[in-house]
Formats: sequence, C-alpha cells, structure tokens
Amino acid sequence: MEHHGGVNKTPIISLDHVSKTYLSVHKTNEVVRDVSLDVQENEFVVLFGPGQCGKTTLINLIAGLQLPTSGEVKVDGKTVTAPGPDRGVVYQTTALFPFCTVMGNVEFGPKSRGVPKKQRRERAQYFIDLVGLQGFEKSFPNRLSGGMRQRVGIARAYANDPKVMLMDEPFGHLDAQTRYMMEEELEKIWQKEKRTVVFVTNNSEEAVYLADRIIILTNTPTRIKHEIKVDLPRPRVYSDPAFLEIRRQIEEICDDTL
Amino acid sequence: MNEYAIQKRKERIKFTIVSVISLCVFFGVWYVCTAVLHLKPDYVLPSPVQVVEAFIQKLTQTNPDGATLFGHIAASLQVALTGYLLGAIVGVPLGIAMAWFRRIDLFVTPLFDLIRPVPTIAWIPLMILWFGIGLGAKAAIIFVSAFVPCVINAYAGIKQTKPVHLWVAQTFGASRREMLFTVAIPTALPLIFTGLRISLGTAWMTLCAAEMLASNKGLGYMIQLNRSLARADLIVVAMLTIGLIGTIFTVGLNALEKKFVKGGRRG
Ligand SMILES: Nc1ncnc2c1ncn2[C@@H]1O[C@H](COP(=O)(O)OP(=O)(O)OP(=O)(O)O)[C@@H](O)[C@H]1O
Ligand SMILES: [Mg+2]
Repeated sequence: MEHHGGVNKTPIISLDHVSKTYLSVHKTNEVVRDVSLDVQENEFVVLFGPGQCGKTTLINLIAGLQLPTSGEVKVDGKTVTAPGPDRGVVYQTTALFPFCTVMGNVEFGPKSRGVPKKQRRERAQYFIDLVGLQGFEKSFPNRLSGGMRQRVGIARAYANDPKVMLMDEPFGHLDAQTRYMMEEELEKIWQKEKRTVVFVTNNSEEAVYLADRIIILTNTPTRIKHEIKVDLPRPRVYSDPAFLEIRRQIEEICDDTL
Repeated sequence: MNEYAIQKRKERIKFTIVSVISLCVFFGVWYVCTAVLHLKPDYVLPSPVQVVEAFIQKLTQTNPDGATLFGHIAASLQVALTGYLLGAIVGVPLGIAMAWFRRIDLFVTPLFDLIRPVPTIAWIPLMILWFGIGLGAKAAIIFVSAFVPCVINAYAGIKQTKPVHLWVAQTFGASRREMLFTVAIPTALPLIFTGLRISLGTAWMTLCAAEMLASNKGLGYMIQLNRSLARADLIVVAMLTIGLIGTIFTVGLNALEKKFVKGGRRG
C-alpha cells in the first residue's frame, strides 16, 4: 500500500551512470557498468543479483567506502565522496565488534559522533528494545545466535539515525526458519521506523517479501536488467498467488540469457 | 546451568587431584632414587629432604653464595621486571604503530627483521661491554628478549583487524585515530596479551642465562656459584624457586587478561 511517488520529488539516493572498475597489477576488473537508479525517500529497494555480480560493490559505492570510476552517486542531493553517518550499513554476521557488548555495539555510532552518554544510551536502548533484545544489553556477540546478531546489526545502524539504510545480504547466513522470522521482524521495524532502505539479496522470496521495488542485476559487469514494482499489501504472504507470480517473473527474467 | 556448574566443579576437583598425584609421583620417585637407593652421591643428586633443609637454611643464611634466598629473588626480580616492563612499554606501542602506520612499517620493519633472528644470548657480551655487569647490562638483555615477542604479537594483532569493522566505524564517522583506539587495538588485545605472556617467559629464562654469565647476585648466579661448590641441593632450591616464580607470573598475567579481554578470544 505504498505510494511513492510524486514523480517530481527529488530522490534521496541517485546513481547517475555509475561505473566501477577495479585495477590490479594483473588485470582490470570491470564490476559495475553504467548503473543509473533513483531511490525515493522511505522506499524499500531490493537489489537482486547473482553471486559475485557486484552487489557489495554497489552498496559500498553508495556508502562512500568506494568511489565510482565514472558517474556520480548522490545522497540527499550531495555527491558522495566518503562514508558518513547519514548512511548506515548492515553487513553479514561477522560485522559486529566482538569486543563490545550489545550495548557497546549499538551505541558505537553515536559515541563516535560525540553524543553525550545519557542521550546515546537512551537512544541505543530504544533500538535494542525495538529489535527485541532487551535483557541482552551486556551480552557479547559470541553468546548470541545468528539471528540475534543481525538484530544487533540493525539496531546499531538505526541508532546512528541515518537517512539511508544499506543492507548487504544481512540474512544470507541464517537458516531458513530464522530467515523468515527476521524478514518479518525487519518489515515490522521498518514500518515503525521508516527509512530509505537499499537491501541486497539473491533470494527471490526475500526480495518479493520486502521490496517496494526490485532491481534485477546482470552478471559482471553488472547492469540493471529489469525493474519490478511490488504493490502487494504488507505484510505479504509467501504462498499468495500474486506473490508467487512475481517470483516467477523474476526467475523468468533471470533465466533470460544476458 | 546448575547441572553445568556441578559438572564444571567435578572436573576441577578431578584436575586438582591428578595434579597433586603427578607432583607426588615425581617427588616420590626422586625420594626413592636418592634417600633409599642412593643412586648418585648427594653432591650430584640430593634427596628432596636435603633440598627442603637447604631451602630452610637459605631463608636466613647468606652462606655460601653471599645472599639469602630472598636476596637473590629480589635481585633477580628487580632485573627481570625492569627489563621486561621496558620491553613491553616500548615493544607493544611500536608493534601497534608498525602495523597501523604504513610509513613506520616501511621504515622500521627491515631493521626489525634484521635484529629479530639474533638470539638474545648473543647480545650478552656486547651488553656487558656497554653496561658492565650491574643491573644495566642484564636489564638491557632482558629488554631485548621481551621486546621482540611484544612487537611481533602486537603487530600481528593489529593486522587481524577486519576491513568490515573499519568500514562500519567509518560509516559511523570515526576518524582514523578513533578507529585505531576503538577498533584495531581492541581487536589486537588478545594477541597483545599473548605477546606479553611469551615475553615474560623468555625474559625470565634469559635472566638466568645472563646471571650465570655475569653477576654477583640473583638466582642464576646462585646456580652458577653452587655448581663450582658442588652444592646440588642449593642448585635445586634455586631452580625450583625460578619455576615457582615463573608460574606465579603466568597465573597473574592470565588473571589480568581475563579482566581485560572481553567477548572471547575469537579475534
Ligand atoms: N576492493 C576490491 N578490489 C578489487 N576487486 C574487488 C574488490 N571488491 C570486489 N572486487 C571484485 O568485484 C567482483 C564483485 O564483487 P562484489 O563483492 O561486489 O560482488 P557481490 O555480488 O557482492 O558478491 P557476493 O555474491 O559474493 O556477495 C568480484 O569479482 C570481486 O573479486
Ligand atoms: Mg556481497
């Protein structure tokens, strides 16, 4: 039931003919070729692509951890030249700081920005509660399950109050059951705390469950192959015929030879 | 949880019993070989009883090696701790700086790689020429022996920092300096402690070697002098004291590590 869309609204993320080529001594590796994409405020966009196609590279380009070889990335109207607190990133499980407690991880961002202790604690606590981890504030990540670690990752990104959330296969390492639970949970959190999200996955079910819009990517050098709007009401039902129809479409597009 | 606690406790009791048995067997065999069978003359292999007697005498007497046991211990500790602490204070930050700052790495590493393979005891003659046979020379030798493992492990620890952790910190707006203190050093801490533990061991061992060559006090000196006097009982007293103090150090450092290293040792 999302209506994104005054067509003339300025996008919050905009990729303008972005290309990325990695250089090494032995070869040049063109990974992203001429990708243009606009993401509107509070839109949930899923980047769907095969393994090793350059999804993480795209996320890093938006995050400012890497710079495009040509083209331009803009977030909130400003050209991205470096990482910044307006863009939070959620990586796979290994990205939590193992030497910080749950609280330490979640308040890391505000602490780096110099937010006073009382304020950042309150804020961190709010997001810890939101992801359902109250009572685990003092636990270290090695004591948490995979799903719980990803909740911490999400709370950590939120606590820094970013405009844009970048999620790089955050549920990729989880078992199927936990994964379903986390998708449901993420959708709830997002409904409550709307942000612009760019979410990477190579699981079509996850893509259709979460996305307002699915961007289907080709193999390297990756380009945008196709775009699918998902207008189904939320929360979505995996077995809904309309849901399955969209998944079928995605698979059809992907089976098409490049 | 309770079940687990009980099991843990059982294991600990078992461990204690086995340890005690192991020590008893050792001392028992020793006793039988010496006091009962007299396999070797006393001045070569004393019995445990003689060693205990020598130990008690040595608590108060300065004969024949010029100091009481505590005198020797104090002398050794002073040298060892001076050298060790200096080695750690210089070595750990240097290892961190080498791993974190490219320029320092480029500049220092070739020099360090050249010095590293030189065995510590090879430094002894030069140090004696420079510093005489007082505290200085021995502390300098210990310094070298403690310094090297501290540098190597701190370096390796910082290098373990995962790029993804630095990315996360960067997206949170942390500066490079902040990343060193909030991400890289906490990552390196377990290995830094490993370095501190290894270098404590080598420092303590090197001390004895240094004191056996050039000294007039200390546990190493006590061993050396009593060899020339054929007082094996006192040699064994000194050896056991060295072992005991080394063990106490290790236990202390482990406790310190437990206090500072949080969230498991998984780098
Ligand atoms: N920093 C880098 N330097 C050089 N090459 C890189 C770098 N990062 C990625 N690559 C290369 O770019 C290609 C795409 O990598 P990327 O991680 O972006 O793909 P991905 O779609 O996220 O892969 P995965 O499915 O494994 O997550 C790979 O061939 C990889 O080797
Ligand atoms: Mg990836």
